[in-house]
Amino acid sequence: MADRSTPVYGSGEADRLPAHDHEVYDTIAKESDFVELNRRYRNFAFPATIAFMSWYILYIVCNNWARDFMDIKVVGNINVALVFGLLQFVSTFAIAYFYARHARKSLDPLASKLRDEFDRETGR
Amino acid sequence: MSAAMLVPLATGNRTLTIALFLAVVAVTLYITFWASRQSKTAADYYAGGRSFSGFQNGLAVSGDYMSAASFLGISGAIALYGYDGFLYSIGFLVAWLVALLLIAELLRNSGRYTMADQLAYRMRQTPVRTAAATSTIVVSIFYLLAQMVGAGALVGLLLGVTSPGLKNLVIVLVGVLMIIYVTFGGMKGTTWVQIVKAVMLMVGTVLITFLVLVEFGFNLSDLLGTAAEKSGKGEAFLQPGQLYGKDLAGKFDFLSLGLALVLGTAGLPHILIRFYTTPTAQAARKSVLWAIGLIGSFYLMTLVLGFGAAALVPTGDGSQIKTSAGNAASPLLAQAVGGGEGTLGGSVLLALISAVAFATILAVVAGLTLTSASSVAHDLYANVFKKGQASERSELIVARIAAFGIGAVAILLAIPAQRLNIAFLVALAFAVAASANLPALLYNLFWKRFNTMGATFSIYGGLIMAVLLVTFSPVVSGTPMSLFPNADFDWFPLRNPGLISIPFGFLCGIVGTLISKETHPAERYDELSVRSLTGAGAEKAVVH
Repeated sequence: MADRSTPVYGSGEADRLPAHDHEVYDTIAKESDFVELNRRYRNFAFPATIAFMSWYILYIVCNNWARDFMDIKVVGNINVALVFGLLQFVSTFAIAYFYARHARKSLDPLASKLRDEFDRETGR
Repeated sequence: MSAAMLVPLATGNRTLTIALFLAVVAVTLYITFWASRQSKTAADYYAGGRSFSGFQNGLAVSGDYMSAASFLGISGAIALYGYDGFLYSIGFLVAWLVALLLIAELLRNSGRYTMADQLAYRMRQTPVRTAAATSTIVVSIFYLLAQMVGAGALVGLLLGVTSPGLKNLVIVLVGVLMIIYVTFGGMKGTTWVQIVKAVMLMVGTVLITFLVLVEFGFNLSDLLGTAAEKSGKGEAFLQPGQLYGKDLAGKFDFLSLGLALVLGTAGLPHILIRFYTTPTAQAARKSVLWAIGLIGSFYLMTLVLGFGAAALVPTGDGSQIKTSAGNAASPLLAQAVGGGEGTLGGSVLLALISAVAFATILAVVAGLTLTSASSVAHDLYANVFKKGQASERSELIVARIAAFGIGAVAILLAIPAQRLNIAFLVALAFAVAASANLPALLYNLFWKRFNTMGATFSIYGGLIMAVLLVTFSPVVSGTPMSLFPNADFDWFPLRNPGLISIPFGFLCGIVGTLISKETHPAERYDELSVRSLTGAGAEKAVVH
């Protein structure tokens, strides 16, 4: 066992970084570009997560407690339950598409700029 | 999958089926030996050299995820229970948004080979890696056992083998193949096996779906109507309630299952480590997008397969679909749309779909074994036991020994477990992943104050709570279908623990964090944030 008074921190790779590299991360964290990147990421990912989770839980709740509604026929033998289930597929595909577009347009350019800066500063 | 699969499928085409099975084995072994010659470094063995494109890894992720339980099980559940059989697949698909929005890219940038790498980034190594490795191995072994027992039953069904001795032999052979794939092929070999399997699965499913739709003139309403009529249940077959939520406990049980399915996927270690096989976070994102497209279209097709089987193949009491608990539905449907029993088309399609199911079993067990072996070697041996001082060579030797050991243990456990109803193990694996792994991953990525004690509390808390609740549920005792039907200690009414254990795991993370005075992890949070969002300093692809 290692000496208990000096616990080993961090992933093996990260801790082999020179001290200078850790400082570069901390510098980038304070830059406005990074603050903006973090904001844009969270402003999409968090509300989208809340939205699809609520929509999915609503679907489960309807299967349990709104069966009369779910049994209504929409067209032919296709009822609300099936349409609601298929809409879960549609919403999943749609959120995935919009996130991909958002990431490509709003996140990737900032991330790659900051990554280049890190590589320049650390000489990687 | 239940153990009640005793009636074998038609055996007239057994030679053809065996020939196709052998072809699957030959192709996958060839891939394995090719991959073993390409694999030199630890990054090759654990992460396939990080050289897979988004599309390739998307196929591999789908291959890892769509187990025989979802290929044969979901279409079978639809064939027997109608609409309710479809519900599993919705949770399985929506779950990928958690992986896409919150996990995949950030993990790719901040981790290395295992789930523990990400969790231990800013924490004390020994406790966090031990906890993460424990839950990785528990989840993977639960999942693996369910797959191995299913493999014995399924291959028995597909080949028409009924004797227990031959089923044991099937389990041993599947286990030996899986050990060979993982020991020699590493992640590179395993990924290619997944890709081949995913392509086979998609081609087979598209073909059968198309043939079913042709039978019904591409009229979905007609298909549903015929299925409802032939099922003998009428309209109720197309409505919720045939399988889930029959009483109040059943309704909460279904809610609990739904939560575990949707939150568990992004905490399954064998899925998480797939994101390390791509060169960049963008490629990891693309692989999830492909996976969503492939898995989503696959589940839409199982809807047609399931209702198609209900419409075209007998499903009543005493039918082969009923006695196989639904698992025979897809193969028998393939035979029916190919022209029926005894025809050339029917025989060929039945053998083809059986081979797809076989490839599916092999690919999924290989992925799970690799995940456990990686965690033993990289987390427990190299970082906990050797404190990060192990040579790469010794670490890889340990990984291969671990793959062998885990494979052997899985074989030894699966043989006696065949007599037990262990279908609940897959749902339990999802519940543990959602209760133990997901809280720790999310807190580590998004909560600065989170620390070592928070991580260990959430992992052990979620893990222990999920396992305890299942132990005291009707799954284990108290009903004729229980693991121990004669015992009676089922004071927890739900079969699925997620409703309690997931919030409990999240709560444990908060409590553990707040009672600890540790400051170091918070000081390293900015570094983790920058690295995970930008990919600055992230692991690069191996160039050979």
